[in-house]
Amino acid sequence: MADHPVAVLQAWDIRKTYGERVVTEVLKGIDFELASREFCALTGPSGCGKTTFLNLAGLLDRQTEGRILLDGEDVGPLSDEERTTLRGTKLGFVFQFHHLLPAFTALENVMMPLVARHGRKTPAMSDKASYLLDEVGLADRERYKVTDLSGGQQQRVAIARALVVDPMLVLADEPTGNLDTESSAQVMELLKAFNERAGTAFLIVTHEESIAAHCRRVVHMVDGVIDSDRVVV
Amino acid sequence: MPFELFVAVRYLRDQPFQTGLILSGIGVGVGVIIFLSALITGLQVSIIDRTLGSQAQVFVRPIEEAPRIHPPRGAELLATTVERPPQRVRSIDGWQEVEALLLRSPGVTGAAPTVTGPAFAVRGLGSIALSVRGIELESYRSIVDVESRLVEGNFDLAGFNVVVGTELVRQLGVSLGGRVRIQAAGDRGGVYTISGIFDYNSVTLNESLVFISLRGAQTLFGIPGGVSAIEVKGRDVFEAEALAEQIRDRTGLVAESWMEQNGDLLTGLRSQSMSSIMIQVFVILAVALGIASVLAVSVAQKAREIGILRATGTPSGSVTRIFFIQGGILGGLGSLFGIALGIVLALFFASVARNPDGSATFPVALTPLLYGRSALIAIGVGLLAAVLPAREASRLDPATAIRNG
Repeated sequence: MADHPVAVLQAWDIRKTYGERVVTEVLKGIDFELASREFCALTGPSGCGKTTFLNLAGLLDRQTEGRILLDGEDVGPLSDEERTTLRGTKLGFVFQFHHLLPAFTALENVMMPLVARHGRKTPAMSDKASYLLDEVGLADRERYKVTDLSGGQQQRVAIARALVVDPMLVLADEPTGNLDTESSAQVMELLKAFNERAGTAFLIVTHEESIAAHCRRVVHMVDGVIDSDRVVV
Repeated sequence: MPFELFVAVRYLRDQPFQTGLILSGIGVGVGVIIFLSALITGLQVSIIDRTLGSQAQVFVRPIEEAPRIHPPRGAELLATTVERPPQRVRSIDGWQEVEALLLRSPGVTGAAPTVTGPAFAVRGLGSIALSVRGIELESYRSIVDVESRLVEGNFDLAGFNVVVGTELVRQLGVSLGGRVRIQAAGDRGGVYTISGIFDYNSVTLNESLVFISLRGAQTLFGIPGGVSAIEVKGRDVFEAEALAEQIRDRTGLVAESWMEQNGDLLTGLRSQSMSSIMIQVFVILAVALGIASVLAVSVAQKAREIGILRATGTPSGSVTRIFFIQGGILGGLGSLFGIALGIVLALFFASVARNPDGSATFPVALTPLLYGRSALIAIGVGLLAAVLPAREASRLDPATAIRNG
């Protein structure tokens, strides 16, 4: 990771519309830039386009207009398979409902992105997943099936999975939306610790002010546009 | 372990009821295929063995005599009716060369010169029509295993010895070592000693077929040094017709296959094979639909998880392979169950249905080839059935799959 912050995500005039007969414009021209080491919250009321923008930034969807650069590379012309490769190497995802694979153990869930990328399991992958589970406080739960873990524990497994590929950017969609207050605070502290230690950039979508308060930068969206972008001192 | 295999196996293990159900379905399907094939093949082998146990695959004979018309010199011939001359036992010209040629022919595994003709067995006031076959035992056993049919005595054809069937000795009231007169056309005949008694499991053959030496038959039918037929055995019993055609082309003689001589039997065997194949095709179709439906349900159930795998960097090709591997594993494991079930069914059936002599009424032919073929079919069907579900899974949009499951 570079000592000086560099832009990991750049978005210019991003527009996204859905529908053919009845066209709904969800994003109406977003300009956004996120540098390495940033810990940024993307807030706004339901339906303002936060998750849509996160999906575009995470290469899970394609914008109708505008350009997105990930680590300086224009992702617009990339094929689906090239985008998949980028997702597996430069991005980490944390979803609201953790979205783990219930048939697998905590350890297997964490190492899954590495196994998928390299085609087979290796002891090194297992060691790395084990280390990350230890980091999120689940060293004694790595052989548990994820369905046997609590909601907070499952979300911590999801965080470890997002970090296992050493991503430059972690995209988190309402990562505490399904957790109680105590677990929410623990998860946010965990994300913050990784941001400070590894310099990984975080873009966290939330509609809760208390969660946004953990972030040093808060971008507020209203009705498909950025309404405010402020740095919390 | 490769990633795709790791995920595919885990998903199958994670749904034991669903996996068990489809494995049972495939097992029953493959079991039925094994059982049917073993039974039909066994029956056919048995029927062919009984039929060809007493005869060669191809008979080579001289061309039949045609009517000869000699018009008076300078006069016009008016023939209102042309009659074929009665056929008599005739020899193949230069049969030694023909035999040597046949033995050199591709696909021929044995050839035996024989003299076959009609005669009567006479004892006291009783007489029975016979088909006398003169053979050289050494060459004849290369095409028909006659000695295995002996129930008494031995296959000794030296001098005036004769080997006859069980029904003939019963009809004539003689036994092993007894004597019987064999009388052919033209007042040729002799008294023969019964040196052996055979049982072909056929009343007609046991009554009418008798074996004497080739030299004795040549004398009996008035063709000294000649043979009336060369009987041929080929490598593949079902290629006999092609072999006969090849022999006709090369020798210019009459060559008749067992298939031509037993047209009804062949039609019966072919109908049996066709109905067996039809049943197997429908069973395979049912198995394929079963696997495809289970995998399609699996794709629907796992849509969100496929979306997550795609979101976290799994290529679409890997997703495709996961479902192909599942199809292959289901086919492979199902075929193992099926092979076991088929063997049990076939052996049970064979042990229950028995003839009075203890032999199986329904012989079954269980061979490694049958197991291998069934397993290959099941795995192939599994892979084929996985094509559509796998394609559907690989085309899932990750964002939509995660959002909607």
